[in-house]
Amino acid sequence: MSALLDLFTMAAVSAGVLFFLAGVVGLLRFPDALTRLHALTKADNVGLGLIVAGLLPQAGSVLAALKLLLVWLTVLLAGATVGQLIARVARRAEPGA
Amino acid sequence: MSFELNYELLVGLLVLTTAAWSVAARDSYSATVGFVSYGLLLAIVWMQLQAVDVALTEVAIGSGLTGLLLLGAAARLRATEVRVVTRPSIALRTLAALACAGISVALAATVLTLPQPAPSLAAEALDALPATGLGNPVNGVLMAFRAFDTLLEKVVLVLSLVGVWSLAPDLGWAGRPRLLHPFADDGVLGFLARTLPPLGLLLGLHLMWNGADEPGGAFQGATVLAAMWLLVLMAGLGDAPQVRARWLRVAAVAGPATFLAVGLAGMGIAGAFLAYPESHAKALILLVEVPMMLTIALVLALLVAGPPEPTPDR
Repeated sequence: MSALLDLFTMAAVSAGVLFFLAGVVGLLRFPDALTRLHALTKADNVGLGLIVAGLLPQAGSVLAALKLLLVWLTVLLAGATVGQLIARVARRAEPGA
Repeated sequence: MSFELNYELLVGLLVLTTAAWSVAARDSYSATVGFVSYGLLLAIVWMQLQAVDVALTEVAIGSGLTGLLLLGAAARLRATEVRVVTRPSIALRTLAALACAGISVALAATVLTLPQPAPSLAAEALDALPATGLGNPVNGVLMAFRAFDTLLEKVVLVLSLVGVWSLAPDLGWAGRPRLLHPFADDGVLGFLARTLPPLGLLLGLHLMWNGADEPGGAFQGATVLAAMWLLVLMAGLGDAPQVRARWLRVAAVAGPATFLAVGLAGMGIAGAFLAYPESHAKALILLVEVPMMLTIALVLALLVAGPPEPTPDR
């Protein structure tokens, strides 16, 4: 059972890291602010979500697991808001884009 | 090489790179972004050294609050910042390079000549910790063993607010600090400013309360509270208070004043300035920490908000 959980952790965290990697590549390679934001939010939302999901079995206690989930939810909330705000500034800066 | 060592080398390299980048950056905005990343990476270094309290402070103050202040300064300077760099003369640049290199060499030499192992009072502090009723040795040092330093630090905080306010124009004294809120009409920031503060309030108080036994403390907790207040102000959901408001002035000195009062009382009760009677040490420390937290949160937020401006009052 514990080996199975460890396997799940490895798979989920690796998948999360992959999303972060893709996000960074997108941030560096995409042409403008909006597409870069698009790449970055995937890393924030799904990447961190997968890492948190992977770490849940290793948290040791229900309280620690809930704290991990809370961290993810807070990052979701802040990330979504900041993403919107940056996108608005980018759109104001280049009308027509 | 072990994974641990590789990881430490990587983080160290990243810290040095961001540090060099923020020094070399051409405009103040990029330099500030570099500085904030540098602070976050530095917090990882402190975590690696098991100094969680320092890491928290670095993130909250070093990176977060200082970063915000610098961003504000960069935004104000942007209009005047000369894009075309008028480079200083070669002699001046050589002189600056020599001075910087000299300081670096002197610092490196000092670090290399430190005695091994470094002199430490850690064992004594840990031995005496039970007398304070606290479980977190860092807080024991801050609130009891070196309380005088902490008291002065809070006084400096109030003085820095006086410094910022002294930049106000004459007519500003009737006004309030004005935060730019370009997103007030959007609703997005407003949503965050309505959703996050309850959680932030809980987290701030938790950090302060938990600081007695675990990493955290009044300063880190107060920074979170200040951030929540600033979020509300920046979303345009509220106005910064008038700087001449009586409650504001009282709250701004409440922390140091309580600290000083408890310290003076210590002369009578426990025989020395800032000494606590052992039986009531924990309670007295809490009595000092609560108003201190109020003062820190208020002063930090008002430092970011800037000097009051002459605004037509609504």
